[in-house]
Amino acid sequence: MRWDAPGTVELAREHGLSEEEYRRILDSLGRTPNLTELGIFAALWSEHCSYKSSRVHLRKLPTSGRRVVQGPGENAGVVDLGGGWVTVFKMESHNHPSFIEPYQGAATGVGGILRDIFTMGARPIMLLDSLRFGSLDAPRMPHLVDGVVRGIGDYGNCVGVPTVGGEVDFHPSYNGNVLVNAMCVGVARADGLFFGRASGPGNSVVYLGSKTGRDGIHGATMASDVFDESASEKRPTVQVGDPFTEKLLIECCLELMGKGLVVGIQDMGAAGLTSSAFEMAARAGCGLTLDLSLVPARERGMTPYELMLSESQERMLLVAAPSNVPGVLEVCHRWGLDAVEVGSVTAEPEVVATFEGREAFRLPVGPLVDDAPRYERPWVRPAPAAAVTLPPLHDRDWGADLRALLASPAFADTRPVWQQYDQSVGASTVVGPGADAALLLLPGTSIGVAGTTDCNALACGLDPFNGAAQAVAEAVRNLACVGAEPVGVTDCLNFGSPENPKVMGQFVAALEGMAEACRAFEVPVVSGNVSFYNETSGSAILPTPTVGMVGVVPEVRHRPRGTWREGEVLYLLGGVEGELGGSRFLQLVLGLEAGPVPAVDYAAESRAAAVVRGLVRQGLAAAKDLSDGGLAVAAAEMSGGTVGAELALPEGVAPARALFGEWRGGFLVAVEPENEQALVRACEGSPVNRLGAVGGSKLKIALGGNVLLDEPVEELEGLRENGLKWLSES
Amino acid sequence: MKAGRRRPRVAVVIFPGSNCDRDTLAAVEATGGEAVPVWHRSRDLAGCGSVILPGGFSYGDYLRAGAMAAHSPVMAAVRRHAEAGRPVLGICNGFQMLLEIGLLPGAMLMNRTLRFICRDVHLRVERDDVPLLTHLQRGQVLRLPIAHKEGNWFAPPEVVREVESEGAVVLRYCTPGGGLDDGANPNGALNAIAGLVNSAGNVLGLMPHPERRVRGIVGGEDGTPLIRGLVEAA
Repeated sequence: MRWDAPGTVELAREHGLSEEEYRRILDSLGRTPNLTELGIFAALWSEHCSYKSSRVHLRKLPTSGRRVVQGPGENAGVVDLGGGWVTVFKMESHNHPSFIEPYQGAATGVGGILRDIFTMGARPIMLLDSLRFGSLDAPRMPHLVDGVVRGIGDYGNCVGVPTVGGEVDFHPSYNGNVLVNAMCVGVARADGLFFGRASGPGNSVVYLGSKTGRDGIHGATMASDVFDESASEKRPTVQVGDPFTEKLLIECCLELMGKGLVVGIQDMGAAGLTSSAFEMAARAGCGLTLDLSLVPARERGMTPYELMLSESQERMLLVAAPSNVPGVLEVCHRWGLDAVEVGSVTAEPEVVATFEGREAFRLPVGPLVDDAPRYERPWVRPAPAAAVTLPPLHDRDWGADLRALLASPAFADTRPVWQQYDQSVGASTVVGPGADAALLLLPGTSIGVAGTTDCNALACGLDPFNGAAQAVAEAVRNLACVGAEPVGVTDCLNFGSPENPKVMGQFVAALEGMAEACRAFEVPVVSGNVSFYNETSGSAILPTPTVGMVGVVPEVRHRPRGTWREGEVLYLLGGVEGELGGSRFLQLVLGLEAGPVPAVDYAAESRAAAVVRGLVRQGLAAAKDLSDGGLAVAAAEMSGGTVGAELALPEGVAPARALFGEWRGGFLVAVEPENEQALVRACEGSPVNRLGAVGGSKLKIALGGNVLLDEPVEELEGLRENGLKWLSES
Repeated sequence: MKAGRRRPRVAVVIFPGSNCDRDTLAAVEATGGEAVPVWHRSRDLAGCGSVILPGGFSYGDYLRAGAMAAHSPVMAAVRRHAEAGRPVLGICNGFQMLLEIGLLPGAMLMNRTLRFICRDVHLRVERDDVPLLTHLQRGQVLRLPIAHKEGNWFAPPEVVREVESEGAVVLRYCTPGGGLDDGANPNGALNAIAGLVNSAGNVLGLMPHPERRVRGIVGGEDGTPLIRGLVEAA
């Protein structure tokens, strides 16, 4: 079919547009679009690009605050770090491509999120990845895990941005739809930011980077659809990454921006040249002309349809003053990159493209971007999971229970994953992967920038509101463990089909829970991404609203550690008992995904986090937050498999709740005996209990003279080491 | 450094795809040198006394790690510099380049796990009698990170014998106590070789990254003696 054939209602349907949306296109144009124009509408009005089902609810998130420089709406959010520095960060999903082709899907996910950061003028300094896989015995699953890990590694390693954190979890609900959420944090000088705006009529539009090929056409529409058995047939819609070109682009773009040669710049992400051209024009209230014949193409005979909708990777669109174009091209060519002036900025808010001397399309900017459809999808508020009657939990073999937890992939040592990632390039990694949060030095300073990603999807499935709020609380605790104060959030909201009122209800409740928690902790959401349609053959994933949180340490003087040392004493900050609803103990030991997920006690959480933050910054304590698996798992992890400890729980507590209860907002803290007084003083007004001391080779936990468990820490560590060991072998 | 004295100039060559160049420049400055970035198309080394070929993925490691960089214009100057007995240090991808241009013997295979590996390793210092190693002691154990997919040093048996008999091995992967053990060899390199020096003692290549360890807050200062040796030899 020719690129300029009439765009009929049948073609619209094939492009994923509804009949109502098609009529809307006819109304806004006053004519029938050609096939290329129809493709452009379909891409920009796709769920992935337009947020048409989520936009009305996303307004509920708090997006402003004293540190916020740029909230949602740009390529990434920007938050002030002090000292004239800002941090630029965002998280984005690449779920659908990664399920179809894990290596390239994950690799290009990393590439895309890097471009969102450096297009703002920031140098990327850290990458994190939040990964969700199905059961390891599900079809293709080991292949998917391996492919995703290799893809992330090969891309990040080559561009030289350290991958320092994230999470890996497993649940059968991801058997047909894995999640790959990549987060990037960058830094810039406050006066060195750039935006995706095509402003200044008369300015030149320059295409920069890889040539355009036929890969990735329809990626955005593919990401806006559910999977069925034919998912593998969608492989041609997955893009192929080239991290070497990305590295050249990073250096080239930062040089162009540093020299003041750029007016506005944006990467060609989902929907390629279409989204960059229309979004840049919309933000500036201007228009563009494009000569598509000038676009560097990888193959001969590419049509305007293909050139506009290709999602070939590592491409940027930038706007520069005409007098600066020779300078721009000189820098680009020195970096060995294709760069061509392909058009100019116009005052009229429309994008007009020519191809081989004649008009290919002429489309108004407003209807495509700002007036894209918005839906108030029907939704049903989910009923939070109720309490269940548990079997008697007295005389259990608690040691065996702890072993069962640690042997599950959910608690596996993730070293086999992150040892495939360069964690130390940049020479600024103070705390790398495997810890509660990552901590890096802002290059050339002693300012610490911390990052973490968190989401307990099991809890979100039971209670989307409280589960999402708890994810925010856990992120705050994780940052506290490296001494960092939270400054901003980016989110990646992974859900099933928004056309299912139950799924939409999960989305609304999770968003409201996240909004409440971000307000309570005073951490604004400055960027994010919504990924719907994560379901295969009608079966949706657990609601997975991933929280990416960035924190700051004004001056890093001590290296935080997550393991205890011989001779230290152990304190528990927060409640001695947790709740078992939605806990890993119920899920993995008793086989129950059940029970209420408690609300967050914001005041207590904030107080405890402030105490830990202070102690860690002064180098007085090692801390681990109590989350999945409760106190017993936290203690096993803090032992590092080398030194044991003896802990005594206060009389009268319920063993299961004390050992494995979650949701108590607590920390396990280790201090040298001479720092005990400082710790107790810092905790004034908050619950704190001395549990015991570090020493020996076993983890021994007793309750009123009764030994609950007594396990060699080396063996416990061995259980964790086995879970993902196969990933480090050839 | 004494105030007023001119700092030794060290060239750090930047190839397309180098990604440890910034860390290396900073490490040179931190150990008292004046770090001079030199673009790979340059035909000279800007009058520097020492030169470092930094780590990264020059040309994306396409074809073979270091193979394309070996043909960059700057390499003729690096070779002249080496042949004149001046100090040359190749780190990771830079070491791979030194093998490609034949300034050091052998070649790199893929790690035996066929995977990229990034972690701290222990290294036993085998030589301390060349100027570049003046701040190290034979038998000393260093802890430095590696980050590579092709660090499995290989050579035909006669070359291995020659390398050993000439004392060309400067660093070997070892246990924390300095023992040689196959479990301590991360990539399968023959004789656990992690670093080599040429017979004149002025060209040194190693897989680990000393430039990432010149500050305690990021994990230690075990990289400082190596970088300092190069700076002082400039």
